[in-house]
Amino acid sequence: MIKAEQKPLEEILLYLKSYDRILLSGCGACVTVCQAGGEKEVGLLASALRMARMKMGTPLEALEATPARQCEPEFAAELSETVEKVEAVLSVACGVGVQTLARHFPKTPVFPGVNTTFLGETVTHGVWEERCQACGNCILERTGGVCPVARCAKQLFNGPCGGSSKGKCEIKREADCAWQLIYDRLNGLGQLYRMEEIIPARRWGVESRDSGLRRIVREDLKV
Amino acid sequence: MTFKERLESGKFVVVAELQPPKGIDLSEVHEHAERWRGRVDAVNIPDLQNAIMRLGSLSVCALLKGKGIEVIYNLSCSNRNRLALQSELLNVSALGLKNLLLLQGDHPSIGDHFEAQPVLDLDVIGLLGAAKRLQEGYDLMGNDLKGKPVFFVGTQVNAAAKGHILDLEVMDMEKKIRQGVDFFFTGSIYEPGLLETFVKKVAHFKVPIIVSITLLKSVGMARYINKHVEGASIPDSVIDLLLKASDKQKTCIEIAGDFIRAAKPLCQGVQIIPLGWENLVPALLDQVGL
Repeated sequence: MIKAEQKPLEEILLYLKSYDRILLSGCGACVTVCQAGGEKEVGLLASALRMARMKMGTPLEALEATPARQCEPEFAAELSETVEKVEAVLSVACGVGVQTLARHFPKTPVFPGVNTTFLGETVTHGVWEERCQACGNCILERTGGVCPVARCAKQLFNGPCGGSSKGKCEIKREADCAWQLIYDRLNGLGQLYRMEEIIPARRWGVESRDSGLRRIVREDLKV
Repeated sequence: MTFKERLESGKFVVVAELQPPKGIDLSEVHEHAERWRGRVDAVNIPDLQNAIMRLGSLSVCALLKGKGIEVIYNLSCSNRNRLALQSELLNVSALGLKNLLLLQGDHPSIGDHFEAQPVLDLDVIGLLGAAKRLQEGYDLMGNDLKGKPVFFVGTQVNAAAKGHILDLEVMDMEKKIRQGVDFFFTGSIYEPGLLETFVKKVAHFKVPIIVSITLLKSVGMARYINKHVEGASIPDSVIDLLLKASDKQKTCIEIAGDFIRAAKPLCQGVQIIPLGWENLVPALLDQVGL
């Protein structure tokens, strides 16, 4: 799922300094799971903002809402009545959610309350790690289900760089070397022969974000 | 006899690494290259090694070639996309340079411009494939070239690897050979035993191996390498020699000389990496009779 981290309170206060009445909107999906922008975090952040502004002598009225999925237009539409009552919106959904609200409410400023960081997995309670870069052409079938695009610092496709030490990455010592993980997994599956294959250079400029805005069109689903 | 001719005829080659300056003052580069003239078969010129911004390999190679010194041009993947890499290889050929050392390259985050974005377009297998393709007269998209470059292509292998990492290196070597590699440089090794294990394991490839040795200047340097460089294991006996050394440069030459004498029967050449002690290279070669 999409992972995010709340921005520092001081930065958020700076965004909101010229507004007295805002909507703080969370999201019931990904950011709820990583506890950055769910209903609970909306409540906590709203209280923190109110207290900070009270101390500054410029009280802030912060309405709260947490639609099921802020990135879907129909859920954004549910906020219409509330948005009419405020001067600005602070969204603690991911960057997609922020943009959905911005598109939906053209006359209301919408500010981000979190930094959207990566597509990741819960490693353990309170720890999340990147697993996917949405690169547009999944090769996990060739690498034993471990992604070298997201998990190798050099995004290598044909084995380790030689810099890893004791199974750890030379760039981020706390991270496992992706190619060590791929080796271990293929070895366990009895498929080490797969590492003998040359994986050709990726078509980054065609498949990935490098080609500009990506879009999926499903004619069978259009109405 | 050229570097290529020596390697292809089975003769032992001597290479020394010469780092381009951070800036454009080439006086020391010329001084060292002149000092080594006639003593080394080729001078290896790194390209943004350790992700430190400095003068590139190309201009140094072109200038030294102009003075009749054989060079090995280095190119790494980390800072250029496939257009720039292929264009650079054509530049190299247009300047009459043939010897290449193609490398993965260092991630910018370990260098002096750690805020830079790495370019992760081709990996080294892809870059080797590009050099092969250009020599066939096409670019990576299959477009015809007007005039084909000719290269003598090397890359690096971690010969100090152990266990399954060594198995991976061997697998990797096989892939690189399929991509047209003519010779390999090892990373720096300090134990002849490790080199022997490696050489036996890859003898069936019949591709020349040039072993690299970094000149050890101090105990601190040796300990740093043991702690931080993957696969490096400088023996305690060597560290003892450095500890007891009254003349550090003399001891450095003795240590490197012992290693080269032991390594010579096992491989097709040696690369000396002097790291600031370039002036010691002729004395070291004297000591080992090269």
